[in-house]
Amino acid sequence: MVEQRRFGNLVPHLILCIGIAIVAFPVYLAFIASTHEPTIIANGQMPLTPGGHFLETYYRTIFVGTSGTTREPVSTMLFNSFVMASVIAVGKIAISLISAYAVVYFSFPFRKTAFWMIFITLMLPVEVRIYPTYKVVSDLGLLDTYAGLTIPLIASATATLLFRQFFMTIPDELVEASKIDGAGPIRFFFDTVLPLSRTTIASLFVILFIYGWNQYLWPLLITTRDDMQTIVIGIKKMIVTSDALTEWQIVMATAILAMVPPVLVVVLMQKLFVKGLVDSEK
Amino acid sequence: MDKRAIFGGRLLPYALLLPQVLVTLVFFYWPASQAVWQSFLLQDAFGLATDFVWFDNYVDLFSRADYYRTMATTLAFSTAVTVASLSIALLLAAMADRQLRGGTVYRTLLIWPYAVAPAIAGVLWIFMFQPSLGVLARGLRGIGVDWNPLLNGTHAMTMVVLAAAWKQISYNFLFFLAGLQAIPKSVIEAAAIDGARPFRRFWTIIFPLLSPTAFFLLVVNIVYAFFETLGVIDTMTSGGPGKATETLVYRVFSDGRLGADLGGSAAQSVVLMIIVIALTAVQFRYVERKVTY
Repeated sequence: MVEQRRFGNLVPHLILCIGIAIVAFPVYLAFIASTHEPTIIANGQMPLTPGGHFLETYYRTIFVGTSGTTREPVSTMLFNSFVMASVIAVGKIAISLISAYAVVYFSFPFRKTAFWMIFITLMLPVEVRIYPTYKVVSDLGLLDTYAGLTIPLIASATATLLFRQFFMTIPDELVEASKIDGAGPIRFFFDTVLPLSRTTIASLFVILFIYGWNQYLWPLLITTRDDMQTIVIGIKKMIVTSDALTEWQIVMATAILAMVPPVLVVVLMQKLFVKGLVDSEK
Repeated sequence: MDKRAIFGGRLLPYALLLPQVLVTLVFFYWPASQAVWQSFLLQDAFGLATDFVWFDNYVDLFSRADYYRTMATTLAFSTAVTVASLSIALLLAAMADRQLRGGTVYRTLLIWPYAVAPAIAGVLWIFMFQPSLGVLARGLRGIGVDWNPLLNGTHAMTMVVLAAAWKQISYNFLFFLAGLQAIPKSVIEAAAIDGARPFRRFWTIIFPLLSPTAFFLLVVNIVYAFFETLGVIDTMTSGGPGKATETLVYRVFSDGRLGADLGGSAAQSVVLMIIVIALTAVQFRYVERKVTY
């Protein structure tokens, strides 16, 4: 920086450390709670250091579940979340790739119409059409199915716009060269466009996986059976209104398990994550 | 902006567009048009007869005092979430930007909450604020606050705002940091030579140059507070106590779940649709300006 002051750098470091501590505190506390006995937590006497029930709690959470309302073990919920997040991410990328390809590389009647049709879905989030969409899904018999959980969320204006923008930067000479070599549109797509789009696809996957994993409203509407619910909605049912019955150590272990996959994705693929986040907001 | 080199083929482009267009038609346009259509209909109590009532549902909606209360709640909630998360993120980003070393470490340590689902954030914070056993609730009790979010609407609102803002800090931090690092160092050095102290430099030079980022984040945060916080509210308070934390989106959700008033619920959806369209329009006008900037 401009000035060199002896203690000048200490204050920013201090503020940042306090900030990080505040941000991390709720998660730390959740972890601590997941290692203690339920009675200690219920008494409000929980210490701020880990207890000795880590393995016991996580074993029960993953394989057995709470003894209360939802008896479904968290492993089932994790599996459902994983399926939902992956299918949504892959599906969104696949259908956006091909529709952007159609819009950019072909000239056909209603091209603009198709593009605008996809674009306008940005203005129709699930929240503004909750019950009519629910009705469509139930009429199609898709309640409590993976198809119902994923297909309605698979359209993506953002991803289509992003791929369209990216395809625009691919030099036209490449198309011409492929044409001379006798490659058709499908060949060109697989041999040239797809390999070039690798980074964009990867960074979009990171963002969309998190998006799919964190969905709340949609799985809440679509699933009625306990064995179909995702971890993000399953956790809500573990919190019983009369506090005494809530098994907080299991709720907190579930919260930790629900955070681990998406947080790992963000931390391990930080570069792709940042790129995806910045790109998809353009 | 069209490509010069274009493939022929009549059916192929339609085939490529088909999946996306089909999904948007079935799950976006049809339900949305249903919502608009239903907002003009009135069903009798047994669902036997339906009348076309023009704008009666809207008139009914806007003549209810509690709808205005929900609007006020939404405004207070989104303002608090936006201001809290933006200002904390800006402070942290400004501090991280001054570090030559450790900048990326701080970034890693601050961005992960983005990956936490709003509903999970709600669960984490309700655990801390649980009146009987929460750590923070005990602390507040210790300093003489009669903390009870189950009965006190202000307490419930504070709790929901904190959880929602907590989750959004990482996103704002990331964009503020990127914005700060894009400001040319020479401008700041020039100001330093002129004798401007760090605090003054921040407000007269850095902040104005950062305003496009800030404006963009403002819109994104409002959208977040309006629409994506449903999970936070549902896990923490379910809109209570006494609807003190009921936002517009939560109201559509909970009114419709009871299933009593289809037309009224649809009218609420249409009002929300108009809000989204307005916010998106603002966002895109701004992006256009950034491109030609």
